[in-house]
Amino acid sequence: MALFRVVLLIAAALCAAALPAAAQVQDELLLSKRPQKLLSAYGLFADGAQQAPASGVVPYDLQVPLFTDYAEKYRFVYVPAGQKATYHDTEVFDFPVGSVLVKTFAYPADLRKPDEDVTLIETRLLIHQEAGWNAWAYVWNEDQKDATLKVAGKVLPLDFINLAGEAQSINYVVPNKNQCKGCHSFDKAVTPIGPKARNLNKEYAFASGSENQLIHWSNAGLLDGAPALDQIPSVPTMNDAGADINARARAYLDINCAHCHRAEGPGSTSGLFLTYGEKSAVTWGYEKRPVAAGRGSGGFTYDVAPGNADESILLYRMISTDPGIMMPEVGRTLAHEEGIKLIRDWINSLE
Amino acid sequence: MKTIDSVIVGIVASSIISMNVFAQETVEVSAEGSFQENLQEALILAEPGSTLMLPAGRFELQSALSLDVPNITIKGAGMEETVLSFAGQVSGSEGLLVTSDGVWLEGFAVEDTPGDGIKAKGVDQISFKDIRVEWTNGPDAENGAYGLYPVESKNVLIDGALVKGASDAGIYVGQSQHIIVRNSRAEYNVAGIEIENSFFADVYDNVATHNTGGILVFDLPNLPQMGGHSVRVFNNKSVNNDTANFAPEGNIVATVPKGTGLLVMANSNIEVFGNEFAENASANVLLAAYPREYNDEDYNPLPRGIYVHGNTYGRAGWEPDKAVAELIAPATGLPVPDIVWDGAVDGVWSAFFGPDEQDRIIIDEADGTTFANLQFVKDLVLPWGADPKTDIADHAGERPRLSAVQLPQLESD
Repeated sequence: MALFRVVLLIAAALCAAALPAAAQVQDELLLSKRPQKLLSAYGLFADGAQQAPASGVVPYDLQVPLFTDYAEKYRFVYVPAGQKATYHDTEVFDFPVGSVLVKTFAYPADLRKPDEDVTLIETRLLIHQEAGWNAWAYVWNEDQKDATLKVAGKVLPLDFINLAGEAQSINYVVPNKNQCKGCHSFDKAVTPIGPKARNLNKEYAFASGSENQLIHWSNAGLLDGAPALDQIPSVPTMNDAGADINARARAYLDINCAHCHRAEGPGSTSGLFLTYGEKSAVTWGYEKRPVAAGRGSGGFTYDVAPGNADESILLYRMISTDPGIMMPEVGRTLAHEEGIKLIRDWINSLE
Repeated sequence: MKTIDSVIVGIVASSIISMNVFAQETVEVSAEGSFQENLQEALILAEPGSTLMLPAGRFELQSALSLDVPNITIKGAGMEETVLSFAGQVSGSEGLLVTSDGVWLEGFAVEDTPGDGIKAKGVDQISFKDIRVEWTNGPDAENGAYGLYPVESKNVLIDGALVKGASDAGIYVGQSQHIIVRNSRAEYNVAGIEIENSFFADVYDNVATHNTGGILVFDLPNLPQMGGHSVRVFNNKSVNNDTANFAPEGNIVATVPKGTGLLVMANSNIEVFGNEFAENASANVLLAAYPREYNDEDYNPLPRGIYVHGNTYGRAGWEPDKAVAELIAPATGLPVPDIVWDGAVDGVWSAFFGPDEQDRIIIDEADGTTFANLQFVKDLVLPWGADPKTDIADHAGERPRLSAVQLPQLESD
């Protein structure tokens, strides 16, 4: 039996390059401790170049996404047949072993036309294996037909036209395996960040029609235990001008910062916790003094100086692109202008 | 059959991962090609228990390095021979980040990181042996904050280190437990050696010189671990700390006066003995309460149970800086006494009758050692104020000695 599996492994490894992408998810390979060299081997896509998922792989979107240098992201979830993720009110759903979260990063030639002339950059897999979640990054080949495993990360020079219509060049950083853990870490174990009820609670244009994602997941047999829709927490989008600015800002900080800045995360040492549910004002930064900020303090006294965004350390570190100052520490080389505006308006609105 | 299986698996594995580092005890990290990729890949793929050997030479790194595999030794050819330069770093907020247990770092240097030098977060057994961290341009507010930076860790050893130019603390141990910092040298940092919000630390046989403040023992509010205690500072030389404070404002160390030998802020059960304090223009030894407003009901801002004995004191306090100039010197005159306690206590009773026995400040020093209790609380309470008390005999006494810190990684010593 063991030998049989090894032969299969070799066959998959040897053939993956030559064959078109498998159209069926390879559960066995997902559970293998050693990663596949090519993304196509896992059979997650019917057509990788078109980002068309294989059967059983469901696309999803987040209400407020993490900012990553304006990259377009295509997200997919796979839960092994016959199994279900378990709903949780505030934390990431409990996904069964064998589940995968897939995120492809891509850049359109012109950010103002997100669906045209798109180049796939990398696809990250977060696989729930027997020993816990495991993260791997695959960089798309020049011909865009398949993507190749990169363990040590890579810096990729990229050019695109930004939202203001200007030419922009960046050094896109494909994270190494440890950098994945820099964010995807909860009590030192690798863990997903995005798929929480409040982030998923939104409509999505599925091939079968538009539907709330959590209802779709429940109906498709991926998710167990979701309550009625009006019982599920929700957050406003960043630019929902009709929504409370506190909620918008805290939702933004939640997805962009709180994976580290929480008691169980890599940023615990700071005592600055930015989860959406954090109620202690000093803990989410209100007149909180810096601890180990170094020149990240910018010479300012408080993380959030109410009414005074431009003397708030939190905003100062969002604006910076200097690796000794900027926050988040990884995942961006550009400043997020729209996020900066939201946080500036929010801090200035605080009394 | 089993053998064939594992051979085949071995072939598959090595064809998937180009580096053949599995099941090896010692891995030589190659200087050929991209050193950044070679080293980072080795750090990721290392099997627990192995040693990564770094070649001699000077290597330019662009991204932060990180280690998350337990029981790894990283060994260079020496702190002057193997140099990792981060002057051109574009990503990551430290040079090297360690997050796995049982890691021993030895014999290499990290230079010019835009952020921190080497950070260890949440590690059980982290050892820095003969490591140098340096900002080669000298003191500069643009330098990274911490040189050696273990935090939320336990069983921390820093031995034979050299740290220069940190814009916060050269050697900083924060929110940790069971710590030894010894045989190390900290110079031209804002704080030479700083133990913050930590329990059970031995700081001995170090030299802290040309910093703003030589040795700091701090406890700060609003942090996951507070209530720093059980720290011994002994047989160190904290002399000639003469670098103007260059920390960015907002950070607590930006308040440290130039020319401070030792500053104990908050904390309990601190023993200071056998040290040499000299040529510190603000003061040799300051015992102080946390001076800022804070919002944290679990926090105690006072230094309690401090025992200072058998130290030697050279010249100090002739040209005080910051709070020593503004608050202390006007009350004591110049030179500022060798040991100054701000006299902040928890309430009026303690202000008049002294703190409880276990919280007392006890000083047992050679004749001629000068002292002042500024009586800050009494000064606030009494309409006519209170002058400093300078009778060191008020603090005579003895306390039980604190016991030595034991570290599992030194058990074979």
